[in-house]
Amino acid sequence: MSTWLVQHLSAMRDALRRLFGAPLNTLLSLLVIGVALTLPTAGWLAIENLRAVAGDNPGVQQISIFLTLDAGRPEVAEIESRLQQAKPGSWRYVAREEALKDLRESAGMSEIIGSLPKNPLPDAFVVTPADVQPESLELLAKTFASWPKVAHVQLDSAWVKRLDALLRLGKLIVVLLAVLFAGALVAITFNTIRLQILAQAAEIEVAKLIGATNSYIQRPLHYFGMLQGALGGLCAALLVSTGSHFLTPPVAELAQLYGGSFTLQGLSSTDIVALTGIGGGLGWLGAKISALIHLRRIS
Amino acid sequence: MITANAVTKRYPEGHEALKNVSFEITAGEMVFLTGHSGAGKSTLFKLLAAIERPTSGSIVINGQNLAALRRNAIPYLRRKLGLIFQDRKLLFDRTVLDNVLLPLSIVGHPVKDAPRRAQAALAKVGLPNRAKAFPITLSGGEQQRLAIARAVVNRPAVILADEPTANLDAASAIEILEIFRAFQQVGVTVVIATHDPLLMARLNPRILRLDQGQMSEQPCPPAADGVAAS
Repeated sequence: MSTWLVQHLSAMRDALRRLFGAPLNTLLSLLVIGVALTLPTAGWLAIENLRAVAGDNPGVQQISIFLTLDAGRPEVAEIESRLQQAKPGSWRYVAREEALKDLRESAGMSEIIGSLPKNPLPDAFVVTPADVQPESLELLAKTFASWPKVAHVQLDSAWVKRLDALLRLGKLIVVLLAVLFAGALVAITFNTIRLQILAQAAEIEVAKLIGATNSYIQRPLHYFGMLQGALGGLCAALLVSTGSHFLTPPVAELAQLYGGSFTLQGLSSTDIVALTGIGGGLGWLGAKISALIHLRRIS
Repeated sequence: MITANAVTKRYPEGHEALKNVSFEITAGEMVFLTGHSGAGKSTLFKLLAAIERPTSGSIVINGQNLAALRRNAIPYLRRKLGLIFQDRKLLFDRTVLDNVLLPLSIVGHPVKDAPRRAQAALAKVGLPNRAKAFPITLSGGEQQRLAIARAVVNRPAVILADEPTANLDAASAIEILEIFRAFQQVGVTVVIATHDPLLMARLNPRILRLDQGQMSEQPCPPAADGVAAS
């Protein structure tokens, strides 16, 4: 075994011993780091899930074309052939009789419908566009509106745009939160390492006097920061996973009430590995800065 | 082995601790560095251990000029020296064995072999059965022997000791001295800073005397009453 490996292994062992040597301190630090990482992670997860709702639900990106009430068979056929030429995606023709039948079947509506002298509903096309970019949806809607006997084109693009903007804002907030809490994690590690250096001042002084290099002294501190950060990341993953586990059934229920099916996506194993890695990296950074600053005072 | 040439150490406040000191110590020699307290012994010890740098002049140990040593080369120089400090600098929160293991860990000695090596060092200084004890439970003489074991565990070519018999009774001091002599007899260069006349009388060694920062060589001390030079 090379000397390099021996020294890294013993530094790692040393860091582990210090970590588990003071279990209460370690637990509290891990909890603080875990909570700090939980907030941006949970925010990120919420955004990802919202994006999934926005992107997957076809109801959101539909364009309804309502014809005028006097439009007859030829006009419907005309629109149909124009749609065939324009190829905007898939579409469905909803005849006015069919729409009335649907409406009558929905609860509480049959009496109202029955009191009407004639069918107030127009013929309609429901287009599901292939291209769901807000700009192209807008363009499609304009094209449809210019066709003959089209009374009204309804596009949920205002809603889509608002959601899109909201998601972007949410993402920005999550990024800001992440930066803030990453700073907090570095600061927490910085302080832990500072206290360790203070507690081990005698040992560090002796080690330096009998030939320890700076790397020898810093290595266990770096490992300590990295391990603490990584474990804190795992802690955050655990907190977020527990949270999403408890939220999954009520969210599914809510989705069902709105007539959709949606399962809340928790953290994937890649996410957990990434979170642990980020925690470890930030912990290492905090330890590195702290060791650089505080070890200079002992020599 | 050790050559000092016109070494001067002046502290920032203007005090001149060493003035134009020159001497040479050959390999395998045992040399006593003596003088009253404040004469510059500890300053010279610090310069030899590269804890401080001379204001002018050069100190060469084993071909390395300490005055020109880069900062990051100092640890590697110290590993070749067995340093014994006046206040011993033992770590009281770890066992005797762990204290001796520290230098081995610093040089990256294989972990499996290290305890054996540390035990051998403890045996050499007469503490083979105290490995698991904590330094606080040792007597003054035993603590000093522990400090020696830690200094020699990496088998240095040079031992530098600052007042190794301070605060020890005569019997313990003589035991410590015998340990140093045993190392010298196997070829280790031993430099001891002391103002203890008893030690000097006993060993009849080469003596470098410091007086107010200036050095004079004294070939042989007068034998103290009742203590035969051996």
